[in-house]
This record gives sequence, structure tokens and C-alpha cells, in this order.
Amino acid sequence: MSTRMHGTPRSSTILWVTLILATLLTWSMGALGETGRWGVAALAVISFWKGAVIILDFMALRHAPLLWRAITMGWMILVWAVIAIAYIKGLAQ
Amino acid sequence: METSTVPLPPRAAPAPVEGPRLAGDLAIWFFILAELLAFGVFFAAYAFTRANHIELFNAEQAALNRNAGALNTVLLLTASYFVVRAVQAAEREASRQCASWLLGAILTGFGFVVVKLGEYAAAFEHNISLSSSPFHMFYLSLTFFHFMHVILGLVILVAMWNGARQGRYRPGDMNGIETGAAYWHMVDLVWLILFPLVYVIH
Repeated sequence: MSTRMHGTPRSSTILWVTLILATLLTWSMGALGETGRWGVAALAVISFWKGAVIILDFMALRHAPLLWRAITMGWMILVWAVIAIAYIKGLAQ
Repeated sequence: METSTVPLPPRAAPAPVEGPRLAGDLAIWFFILAELLAFGVFFAAYAFTRANHIELFNAEQAALNRNAGALNTVLLLTASYFVVRAVQAAEREASRQCASWLLGAILTGFGFVVVKLGEYAAAFEHNISLSSSPFHMFYLSLTFFHFMHVILGLVILVAMWNGARQGRYRPGDMNGIETGAAYWHMVDLVWLILFPLVYVIH
């Protein structure tokens, strides 16, 4: 039995509200036409953080063996790194 | 003045610390890894194809409905949160609450499906198809591949809801609900990359 593995209602509610606020923030950036290099960088950082919350807290990998946490977080780091490299490659065109 | 050392009251014994463990069945985690790899390859293919067709991708991406995409992000995040609350309820042996949270997750997940179908209907009205352009090929295939995962996730959530109503999940018997929850969160996780990548970044 693990009573805290999935957090508390309070902790998960705070995370959910923060995730929604982060989504609204990025949505308003787009709606205001706030794009460009820094806008894309901010969007990528916020999206990465949202993914980390899902992996570590919602999927409870924070409490999993290190290997599994490393594989899942490593996957996300790799994917965003590839996206960044391709984006920068596109800028050079 | 001399400071007197007041003996601290004895602390309650800490709760027994468990070793790290994966939530849910080991098999689902291998399945999740396979899914993540497949989506990862798809994302990389999109990103590098875009790098070679910047103008085309930017122009066609601008025509996508970002508001619908953002709404779907809110719906999936909320469904994931409801699933977490359901798992927490199961840990408290509160089966009825667990079932209610799962029903909430099913409804919000279904909301995603409705929004997505509306988006596809609008796309088909504009004669957007797999062969109309490289961007549309990626847009339709990536979002539809993800859409199919949402549908499977909903089927799993309904099975979990059924299990919760029968009081199947409780401390010591969490494997079923944790396994289904892990799959649902994976569907959410993938969308959190797919949406900014395909709808927003330009």
C-alpha cells in the first residue's frame, strides 16, 4: 500500500490549476501574436514543464525506480532537443 | 542569559518508507515506451520535414484552429487530473468517489473527441486530405494517430469506471486502476508535445 504515491487532492489540484494557467498563458501569447524566437523558446520551456508534471506527478514516476524516470524524462528531453535542432536548422534557410 | 535546552517531545515514528515502484503493471510501461518511441519518431519526422518546407508549413499551420487545440489541451489536462483524483480516492477506499472522478474523466475525454471531430469536419470541408500537402499529411496522420489513442484511452476509462463501481480498487489492489491511469496520462503527455509542435511553433 502506498498512501502518498499519487499525491494528495490538494497537491494535485494545485498542479492542475497551474497547468491550466500555463495553457492559458501560452494561448494568450499566440492570440496576441506574441511569437518569434523568444515566444517559441518560452512555449517550449512551458510545454516541457507541463510534460514533466505529467511524467513525475500524474504518472507517479517520481516514486518509480530511477531507470524508468530516466527513460521517460530522457525521451522528452530528446524529443524537445530534436525539435529545437530542426527549428534552428529551419531558421538558417 | 542562559539558554535552557528544552527537550523536544518525542516525534511520532515516521511512516514506513517504501522502496521506489512503478505505478501499475510492468507490461503497460513497456507498451507506453513503445508508444512514446513511435510518437517520438513521428515528431522528429515532422520537425525535419518542416525545416525543409518552412514557408509551406507556416502558411498552412496558420489556417489551423488553435483555439480548438488549446481547448483540447485544457480538456485532456482536466481528464488527467480527474484520473489522478480517482486513483487517490481508490487509495482511500472511496469507491463511489473513485467512480465519479472517472466519469468526469470520461466526459472531458469525450469532449476532446467532439472538438477534434469538429476540427476534422472543417478540414474536410476545405478539401484538406493526406495528399493535399506535406503539412496536411503530417497534421492529419499525427492527430489521427493520437485521436485513436484517445479513443482506446476512453474505452479503458469506461472499463475502470465499471471496476470502480464494483468496488474493485482499494489499497493493496491498485494495479488495475494504476495501469489504466498510466495509459491515459501517456495520451495526455503526447498531446502536450503534439499541440505546440503542429499547431503553434512556426
